[in-house]
Amino acid sequence: MADLPGLTDVPGLPGPTGFTDPTGFTRTEQRGRLREGLRAYRLIAAMWIRSTMAYRVSFLMTTVGNFAASGLDFAAILLMFSRVDALGGYSLPEVAFLYGLTTVSFGLADLAIGSMDRLGRRVRDGTLDMLLVRPAPVLAQVAADRFALRRLGRVTQGLLVTGYALSRLDLHWTLPKLLLMPVMLLSGGGIFCAVFVAGAAFQFAAQDASEVQNAFTYGGTTLLQYPPTVFAKELVRGVTYVLPLAFVNWLPAAYVLGRPYPLGLPAWTAFASPLVAAACCALAGLAWRAGLRSYRSTGS
Amino acid sequence: MGAGRLYAAVAAGGFRRYATYRAATLAGVFTNTVFGLILVYTYLALWDVRPHLGGYDRTQAVTFVWLGQAFLSTLAIGGGGVEDELMERIRTGDIAVDLYRPADLQLWWLSADLGRAVFQLVGRGVVPFVFGALFFPAALPSDPVTWLAFAGTLPLAMLVSFGIRFLVALSAFWLLDGTGVVQMAWLAGYFCSGMLLPLNVFPGALGETVRALPWSSMLQAPADVLLGHADPLATYAFQGAWAVALLAAGRLVQSLATRRVVVQGG
Amino acid sequence: MPMDGPTEERDGGPGEDSLGARRPGGDGPGARRPGGDGAGGDGPGGEGLGGEGLGRGGPGGAPGGAFIELDRVEKVFDVRKRTGFLRSERRRVRAVDALSFTVARGEMVGYIGPNGAGKSTTIKMLTGILTPSGGRLRVAGIDPSRERTRLARRIGVVFGQRTTLWWDLPLIDSYRLMHRMYRIPDARYRENLDRCVQLLELADLLDVPVRQLSLGQRMRGDIAAALLHDPEVLYLDEPTIGLDVISKAKVRGFLRDLNAERGTTVLLTTHDLQDIEQLCSRVMVIDHGRLMYDGPLAGLHEAGESERTLVVDLERELPPIELPTARVVRVEGPRQWLAFPAGSSAAPLVALIAERYPLVDLSVREPDIEAVIARMYGRPAPNAAEGAVS
Repeated sequence: MADLPGLTDVPGLPGPTGFTDPTGFTRTEQRGRLREGLRAYRLIAAMWIRSTMAYRVSFLMTTVGNFAASGLDFAAILLMFSRVDALGGYSLPEVAFLYGLTTVSFGLADLAIGSMDRLGRRVRDGTLDMLLVRPAPVLAQVAADRFALRRLGRVTQGLLVTGYALSRLDLHWTLPKLLLMPVMLLSGGGIFCAVFVAGAAFQFAAQDASEVQNAFTYGGTTLLQYPPTVFAKELVRGVTYVLPLAFVNWLPAAYVLGRPYPLGLPAWTAFASPLVAAACCALAGLAWRAGLRSYRSTGS
Repeated sequence: MGAGRLYAAVAAGGFRRYATYRAATLAGVFTNTVFGLILVYTYLALWDVRPHLGGYDRTQAVTFVWLGQAFLSTLAIGGGGVEDELMERIRTGDIAVDLYRPADLQLWWLSADLGRAVFQLVGRGVVPFVFGALFFPAALPSDPVTWLAFAGTLPLAMLVSFGIRFLVALSAFWLLDGTGVVQMAWLAGYFCSGMLLPLNVFPGALGETVRALPWSSMLQAPADVLLGHADPLATYAFQGAWAVALLAAGRLVQSLATRRVVVQGG
Repeated sequence: MPMDGPTEERDGGPGEDSLGARRPGGDGPGARRPGGDGAGGDGPGGEGLGGEGLGRGGPGGAPGGAFIELDRVEKVFDVRKRTGFLRSERRRVRAVDALSFTVARGEMVGYIGPNGAGKSTTIKMLTGILTPSGGRLRVAGIDPSRERTRLARRIGVVFGQRTTLWWDLPLIDSYRLMHRMYRIPDARYRENLDRCVQLLELADLLDVPVRQLSLGQRMRGDIAAALLHDPEVLYLDEPTIGLDVISKAKVRGFLRDLNAERGTTVLLTTHDLQDIEQLCSRVMVIDHGRLMYDGPLAGLHEAGESERTLVVDLERELPPIELPTARVVRVEGPRQWLAFPAGSSAAPLVALIAERYPLVDLSVREPDIEAVIARMYGRPAPNAAEGAVS
């Protein structure tokens, strides 16, 4: 129970590697910090798992609940398709494909660091201070806060819908398409992780505003469940160039489905997701640092 | 008279409590607006294919979306009203203190929840609705009578909403862990109120069933009155019947629960 | 001289001894040692006191010299105050103002002051949570704000009102986490755990989920958790707040032992004068972010002219007792309240009263810190300073 295989390579935990650090740590030190962070994350997550196992019935119920809550959005899509054959020019299996991909990506991020939205509460009640006196990176400790395996419910639901979509779609599989599938899911998870971290960093400034990040996390994944053709150009532009959620599934899925790219983007953008995810994580990491620094200078 | 003033004070307290969280309110307004924006486009895509789906036209579908965002926190459709606190008090045993108060438990919490609902309507609901009406083609009645009729559905919707959540909260007397019930209530609230999709879009028997359930009094019924789709008086009767049934059930369960507390000695 | 407690107490059991001898409100004043031993004899500035033969002189800290060092440390906050619906006003608040002091390795220091005086801001700077706005601060030679994680391995922190223990898990699980998080060598961990379990009487609690522990048990559990990695300094924020008399005694006894045997430097904030009296040879008083007093507790009493209160129950209603060494401050039926200087013993006073009046029962009340400090600075009320900061 103490060691969770597979959790060490949680995607997109915004490690400090890959960008120049304003505080002047060397890369080796940074790698050490990253390793320390992952270790602390694993230790704390294991404690939370043990804690939830103290209430097994509740754990089972909430896992089912998580699965069902996640499925609610798909129920809406099914209801829509009970009345129409296509939405924005996409068939049900195609929409299900988009839905499955973003749900798994978001589910992974939610599983990994989904409780980061509690940061504001920790700042308010002063319990963040208790994390600051421990010999482990605070980000890792906050990320592992309330780690909950019940969130596998959403991942499972997303995988099932993806499976359904793949079974119904008549895709011509090539090696790049096959490779793109896991890359897409992990990169998507990374992008959502970045959103979670940036949202938490924002809470250093506005402690009560945890709901803002719901607009980008839950709202983002709701948006990506539907084809880009449904939305206004400006909105699509916004989630491509400003908050690059389009790289979670729209662009790579356009390649896999053989659909036109949103905004007439070139084909290579379908493969840019890992880079975009890395850049997002780096920026979110910087935002986190700035937030933590301001907390340590203002105490609130 | 004195009792009336007491519950008015409790309601005012409920209003003020939620009013203190300004940043949270602003955050909520922002989030509701973003969700409304996303949903509007998906609905428009649906109505593009079927222009008269469920008897609504495009503008009516758009209006429905923004009404949903305005009502989501007002009617605590997904939960998040006073029932959270009530459950916590039952769980910790503090409820025994409430029972010794010279006030009725159900009326006390109803007042607090009404105060909350009014604040959420004004603080969180109005802005997304106005935003939607300004930037999207909305179907708003020009006739003040329809607006009045619509306003009449609101208190009834609040009563039904509270009636459901009061029952949910009281389950904590019997269940050690109320998470499961809260989750079920959340799912039912979203699915059966019209929050997920207007109930008149639901196919066949499923549609008829959900429209007969109490949750439809919360979003679908007021929306139909606002959009001129339903007779106000029939709607009031429907909402009122459910409100009476739910509140009576709440009272019954409450008396069972308090007897239990007394027997156990708190 | 100051350390007569520990050895005696371990024989008799820490609870019994501390209780019998020092409980203020119950057993009568006879056994009370005036002023407390530690504070009684030393002159102001009792630095270096605990260093004798106790300091472990580990690497990093200057052996025998200052272990905690503050030189004109400042902390300035910008406080925003809402003045209208969306308007707010910025105000600079100096929570800590040119604070300078040193603490030697092995000292046990009480850090007191009214709410909002800057106590917790100081502790937060010492632990690296907050970055000072100015001045120089070193703990064991480390700048806490720059090397927070490195320092974390060498310090222990207990927040009185918040637990670091895992609510739903057995107590032992929290300790296992500390073991791994602090990378404590196995043998050392086991040794420290055994010691803490024995002295803090945790043996029966290790397998109990933390949520089922009483406040006192949880506090003992928290103290153990803060000590498993052998910290050189222990910061305690209100360690006895809300505890019953027995739990308080246990906690105090343990801290005294810890300091005496391991030479752990202890800095504690408290509102309970008894904590200071029984534990600390030195007191620092902070107010408005400034150090107002630094010396033994007795000196603080003198400076504040503080008084203890003797509550006597007489057989019947009588006119106010007249004595040269005490004055009656209140009369209520057969009960009378007499104030006398905190530095002097109650025994002669009691003897005198018993001789002349029909005495039924009596108890002694300690002055509280807020009152002492308020008197010291001629404040009208103990809480007048509240709201100045934070």
